[in-house]
Amino acid sequence: MSSTAKITVTVDGDQYIDTVEARTLLVHYLRETIGKVGTVIGCDTSNCGSCTVLMSTADEPARSVKSCSVLAVQADGATVTTVEGLAAPDGSLHPVQRAFHEMHGLQCGYCTPGMIMSAIDLLRENPDPTDEEIRDGLSGNLCRCTGYQNIVRAVRAAAGEEVAP
Amino acid sequence: MTATDEREVGAARRRKEDARLITGRTRWTDNLTVPGLLHMAILRSPFASARIVSVDTSAALSRPNVVAAFSGADVADVQGSLPCAWPVTEDIVHPDRPPLAVDVIRHHGEAVAVVVARDRASAMDALEAIEVDYEPLTPVLDLEEALAEGSTLVHPDKGTNLSYTWVFDSAAAGTGADVGAVDAEVVLERRYVQQRLIPAFMEPRSVIVDPGAGDYTIWSSTQIPHILRVFYALLTGTPEHKIRVIAPDVGGGFGGKLHVTPEELITFMAARRIGRPVKYTETRSETMLAGHHGRDMIQDVRLTARRDGTVTGISVKLIANMGAYLGLVGPGTPILGAFMYNGIYKFAAYRFECTGVFTNTTLTDPYRGAGRPEATYLIERVMDELAVELGLDPIEVRRRNWIKKEEFPFTTVAGLVYDSGDYDAATDKALALLGYDELRKEQELRRASGDPVQLGIGTSTYTEMCGLAPSRILGALRYAAGGWETASVRVLPTGKVEVVTGVSPHGQGHETAWSQIVADELGVAFDDVEVLHGDTRTSHKGLDTYGSRSLAVGGIALVEACRKVRDKARTVAAHMLECSPDDLEFTGGAFRVRGTPDAAKTVADAAFAVFAAHDLPDGIEPTLDADATFDPETFSFPHGTHLCAVEVDTQTGHVAIRKYVAVDDVGKVINPTIVEGQVHGGVAQGIAQALHEEAVYDESGTLVTGSFVEYTPPAAADLPDIVTDRTETPATTHPLGVKGVGEAGTIASTPAVVNAIVDALRPYGVRDVPMPCTPERVWRAIRAVGTETEGGRS
Repeated sequence: MSSTAKITVTVDGDQYIDTVEARTLLVHYLRETIGKVGTVIGCDTSNCGSCTVLMSTADEPARSVKSCSVLAVQADGATVTTVEGLAAPDGSLHPVQRAFHEMHGLQCGYCTPGMIMSAIDLLRENPDPTDEEIRDGLSGNLCRCTGYQNIVRAVRAAAGEEVAP
Repeated sequence: MTATDEREVGAARRRKEDARLITGRTRWTDNLTVPGLLHMAILRSPFASARIVSVDTSAALSRPNVVAAFSGADVADVQGSLPCAWPVTEDIVHPDRPPLAVDVIRHHGEAVAVVVARDRASAMDALEAIEVDYEPLTPVLDLEEALAEGSTLVHPDKGTNLSYTWVFDSAAAGTGADVGAVDAEVVLERRYVQQRLIPAFMEPRSVIVDPGAGDYTIWSSTQIPHILRVFYALLTGTPEHKIRVIAPDVGGGFGGKLHVTPEELITFMAARRIGRPVKYTETRSETMLAGHHGRDMIQDVRLTARRDGTVTGISVKLIANMGAYLGLVGPGTPILGAFMYNGIYKFAAYRFECTGVFTNTTLTDPYRGAGRPEATYLIERVMDELAVELGLDPIEVRRRNWIKKEEFPFTTVAGLVYDSGDYDAATDKALALLGYDELRKEQELRRASGDPVQLGIGTSTYTEMCGLAPSRILGALRYAAGGWETASVRVLPTGKVEVVTGVSPHGQGHETAWSQIVADELGVAFDDVEVLHGDTRTSHKGLDTYGSRSLAVGGIALVEACRKVRDKARTVAAHMLECSPDDLEFTGGAFRVRGTPDAAKTVADAAFAVFAAHDLPDGIEPTLDADATFDPETFSFPHGTHLCAVEVDTQTGHVAIRKYVAVDDVGKVINPTIVEGQVHGGVAQGIAQALHEEAVYDESGTLVTGSFVEYTPPAAADLPDIVTDRTETPATTHPLGVKGVGEAGTIASTPAVVNAIVDALRPYGVRDVPMPCTPERVWRAIRAVGTETEGGRS
C-alpha cells in the first residue's frame, strides 16, 4: 500500500541493505527490521529522546538525532551508532557508559540509551561543560527516575575523557 | 547467633543491573518476540461519555495483514469485569468495568475495539477502517457537581456518583479525643487541591500473551507479576498453574504499573481467540490517556490549636476522584493517607472522612506515595498557616508539636505505633545545611527593600508509613490480599547462591542490594549471588513491588531465609570439623572453631558436602536451601526534614529553586548510593507536582494533556541539585533496621516547595497558590490579593 525504497545503512559497524516503506521511521527500522532493540521508544511526539542515536553522512559528521524524527530512507548511505555499538569489541565500555555506571546515572534504565548518546554528542561539542551546560544540553531527553542529578555527575565525570564514538 | 561481619551492607556498591541497561542488552517487553507473534492495536473512544450505537469491524478485517478484529460486543459474554481489590467499605458502589466497552463509553480513551495483524503498522493502519457510531452524552467532570443532587450519572444504573464514604474518628476508635471537644483558641480552615497527575514512567506498557496447549506464558511491563497471575486465573478461568507471568526488564512504574489493565485482558482474549501469541505495546499518548492517573482530590481541613502553638485537633474531609471506574486499589489509595494526616505530631483529636466520587475521567490509582503525599502536603501546609497565624517561626511551631526522641514508641492519634525517630536531629541537620538563619536575614532585607524578586523558605517535616503491610491490618481495611513477602535462597554445589525474591524491581536496584545482604549473611562474594525475580515459574509466590515495601518486607524475608541456610550449613560444617555446632562462630565469612580460628569451613564447603552427600550427620536433608516468608507486625516510619529556598519574581511569577536540602532518616542503609538516587528521583517528582505537572480535561471531557508536549515532566534544566544527608535511626520492629525510601522524596518535597513560594509571597497577602505553581498562577495569586485589597472586591 505504501511506496518502498531500498536503503543501505551502516549500523554499529555492520552494513545492512533493506527495502523499507517510505514512511518507516529510523527507530522502527532499527528495532523491527534489524533487531537493534537497545534503542527504545518512549513517546510519539519527539519529546523524550529515548530513541536518540548518532548519525553521520558523507556530508555531516556524527550528530545525535532522535531516531523517531528521521525516516529510514533519510538514513540511506548514513552511518548510525546506537548504544549497542559503543563498547569496544573486547567488551570494554565507552567512557560515557562507564560514567553512567560509576555515578549511578540510571535507575530503570529506559531513558539511558538515548541519554548516553545525547551525552556523547554534548561532550563532542563541548568537552568541558558546566553543570548548567550539561542540564541545558540534555533538555531533549526525559528521565523519570533519577532527577538528573547523577546524570549530570556522570557527564561531568566523562568530560575530558576520550568520548568520540 | 553470632553477629555477621558486615562488609557489604552499607557499602556504596555500583549496581549489577547496569551492565545490561547501559549496553542496550535489555529485555523490555516490547523487545521480546516469539515465533508466530501477532500485533494488536486498540481503537479508543474520542468521547468522555457516549452510548455506543454500533461498531463494525468488518472493513478492518479486509485490510492487508489483518488477522482478526473484534469489539466489546463480540467478547461481552467472556470478558468479565476488571478487578478492584480494595472495596474499602461494605456498601461501596462498585460498577462493572469491562476491558472493552460494550454499550457505554465512560472516559476519553476507553478501549472500544481492536485489530490484530501480522505487523504493528498494519494493525494500526486498520484501526481507521473500524466504523463506530457513537451517541455523545454530557460528561460529569467536576467533583462537587458530581455529588450534587440531580447530577448526570456516570453509572445511571447505580443511581449515584458517590462510591463510598470512609470515616476515621479518634474518639470512636479510642485513639484520641473528639475533634469538637478540644481547645480551639485558634481555628484554621483551609482548602487545598491535589491536582490530577500522570505517573509517566518512561517505558510505555507492553504485554505479550502466548497461548500454548492450554497454558499461557505472559510477559508484561508490570510491577505486580504475582498479583497479575492470580487475577488472570480468576478472570479468565485458566487454572493458575497453567499461567506463567514474567515481568522482564520494566522501565519504571511509580505505581502506574500497579494494575491489572484492560490491555492485559484484551491481549489475552485476542491470543485465546486466535490461538497465536499476540503483543500489544501502547503509544505514549495511550499511556497518558488510558494508563491510570493519580492524586486528584479536594482537601478541606479544620485545625484547632491553643495560642501557645499546641495543635489540639485536626479534621480532614476529602473528595477523591475515582474516575469512571474503581481501579485495582483506587478506593484504598486515599485511605493509605488517612493514617498520616497527623504527620509527626502529637494531636489530641483527629477526624478523617473521604468520599470517593465517579466522574467521566480516566480512573485514579496509586502514584508514588499514594495517599501519603496528599496527607503530608495538607498537614505541612497548614502547620505553616498556623505559624503565620501565631507569629511563630514555622520550625518552632512544628517543634512544639512533634514527638520527641525519648517518647518513642509512640501511639499516634490515628492509632499507629511509630517505633523510632529523631525529628530534632534531622531538622537541625537540615537547618544547618540550608543556612536557614542567613536566608531568613536575606529574606528580611529583600522584603524591606521591596525587591521584586522575593525569597521564600519552605519546610516539610514529614513521616510516612512504609513496608506495606501487616496482613491483619490490610484485612481490617478490607484489602483483598495480604502484605507478607517471601524469599528463597538456593546454594549451588560450587557455592554460588541464587536468591528468588517475591518482589518485582523496575529500577530500584534490588539485584544489587539483595546481593549485598546475602554476601554478609552467608559470607559469599557479592558477585557470587544471582537474584531472580519477576517470573512466576522461578518465583511462584510474592506480592511484588510498591509502597516502599521491597526492602522493608522482602528484605526481612531474605535475611530470615539466609539465616535458615546458615543454620543448616553450621550443622554440616560442625560435622566436617568434628565439633559441636555450638563450638562454631560465623565470622570472616566462615564457621570457625572458637579458639582455633584456622579450623574453618565456609558455606560453600558445606554446599559441596551436601551436594556429594557422602558423609552428612544422621537425619540431615542433603540441602542448604531455605525459604522464608515474612509478614510484618507493623509499618515502618521513615522521616526527615526537607527545606526549600525559592526566589519568586513577583513581576513575572517565575519561581526558581535556589537551594533544596533533604535530610532523610530511612533507618539502616544497605546501599547509600541507591538511597541517594531514590531521594533525588523522589524529590524530582514532588517538585514536578508543585511546579510543573497537571492532567487537564476540557469541558467536553477530552484530556488535553495527552502527550509530553502538554504534560511536561521536568527536564534536567528544570530541576535543581538536591543537597542530601541522612540521620540513621534504625527501625526496631525487625532484624534489618531498614525503613524504606522509594516514596520519601515525593512525599516530603511538594509541601516544602509550595510552602517556600507562599512564604515568599506573604508580604503580598498570598496564603495559597494552586498547584502546579506555574508563573501564570503565581502572578495571578499576587494580583488577586492586590485587587481584593485595593478595590475592596473579592
